[in-house]
Amino acid sequence: MQGLDQLKETASQTAGPYVHIGCVPNFCDITGVFPEDLGCRMVNEHTKGERITVRGRVFDGTGTPLRDALIEVWQADAEGLYPSPQEKRGMADPNFTGFGRSPGDMATGEYVFETVRPGTVPFIDGRPMAPHITFWVVARGINIGLHTRMYFPDDEEALKADPILMRIEHQVRVATLVAEKTGEAEYTFNIHLQGPKETIFFDI
Amino acid sequence: MSDGAYFQRDRQWHPPAYAPGYKTSVKRSPQAALISLNNTISEMTGPVFGHNMLGELDNDLVHNYAKPGESAIGQRIIVYGRVLDENGRGVPGALVEFWQANAGGRYRHKKETYLAPLDPNFGGCGRAITDDEGGYRFRTIQPGAYPWPNGVNDWRPAHIHFSVFGHAFAQRLITQMYFEGDPMIWQCPIVNTIPSREAVESLIAPLDMNNTIPMDARAYKFDIVLRGRRSTMFENRMEGN
Ligand SMILES: [Fe+2]
Repeated sequence: MQGLDQLKETASQTAGPYVHIGCVPNFCDITGVFPEDLGCRMVNEHTKGERITVRGRVFDGTGTPLRDALIEVWQADAEGLYPSPQEKRGMADPNFTGFGRSPGDMATGEYVFETVRPGTVPFIDGRPMAPHITFWVVARGINIGLHTRMYFPDDEEALKADPILMRIEHQVRVATLVAEKTGEAEYTFNIHLQGPKETIFFDI
Repeated sequence: MSDGAYFQRDRQWHPPAYAPGYKTSVKRSPQAALISLNNTISEMTGPVFGHNMLGELDNDLVHNYAKPGESAIGQRIIVYGRVLDENGRGVPGALVEFWQANAGGRYRHKKETYLAPLDPNFGGCGRAITDDEGGYRFRTIQPGAYPWPNGVNDWRPAHIHFSVFGHAFAQRLITQMYFEGDPMIWQCPIVNTIPSREAVESLIAPLDMNNTIPMDARAYKFDIVLRGRRSTMFENRMEGN
């Protein structure tokens, strides 16, 4: 029989406790190598859309916040377009990166993103998905990066009609993907790695 | 043309979230099954970084933190390779970030407590963006092995951490590179979270004497494979899409 001539994806390994050195060196006082940390600014003064702050912490199975995690986000601009060459539907806002990277604070574990509220993007079949931000979490003790999504609590109708959320068997868990509005234009999205409040993670 | 969904991740090949030999994973591993999600545009797009972002010494860890005229202490090595997808095609424009301990096995980090000394000329981070064929390279010093709190006498084999961005957020990967012939590899609880020997072997970089620079630096080759994509030629599509 012939072979498929396909390669295997390189196996994942934990990001370890010193992920900051490689991913956000300025944050951990390694200065003068890169001018600034990648993903530290998603918006500038010209970015279109509603400015929001997204913050939160990542908790382990004992309820203790991780203080050595690295959180990455990827989202559409205010019009629902991704600033990516793979985006074929139009040109995204050139003043928006769509990508953010934040280490948890070394004392409290809190991550923060200053961004804009994402617009609506379509599901595979063209139905609208509720506006969301894609999250990727790595840390010591996490053997392969965890993908999840954050949705907005004020999008009630869109959440009910979301083609992905509707399909989730245990509807009681959907709430783990919805941020809490904790201030004017501020949302808190806590991620629970384990336990009764365990966040839904996706195999995408 | 491959422009369809990314191949499903082989979760039997990657380390499981819960791997009790690596103690920290016990309370940091999700217990519910992952929810399988067909790729949407949210995962099939991703940030892309331009070559103009890079500084001249970004891929030279021997010099990028050193005082002028000085260099990091340790055995000088070149690490090079290609970023490929599962179809065997090079991935151009991939951002590859790397970080490591110094020659004594010590990281430059506040929370690092190992007694080996810091090297004032070594920061430990670098990055590169792949060329048209998916190739990358950097110069560094061979990192040292170091002890870590897990069992009372667990040591990490010499390794370099890698973070890779392909063309889509679905391809995002962090891993570690090990060195050919290191007996510590097979005793490491973190390496041993990986289920198969074959998958571990793919993280071990061979020494490459042909690409070694005489009287200067030895070379190690490390290829990285990201998820590949299906062809959409015969895929069912919505009218008008
Ligand atoms: Fe390490």
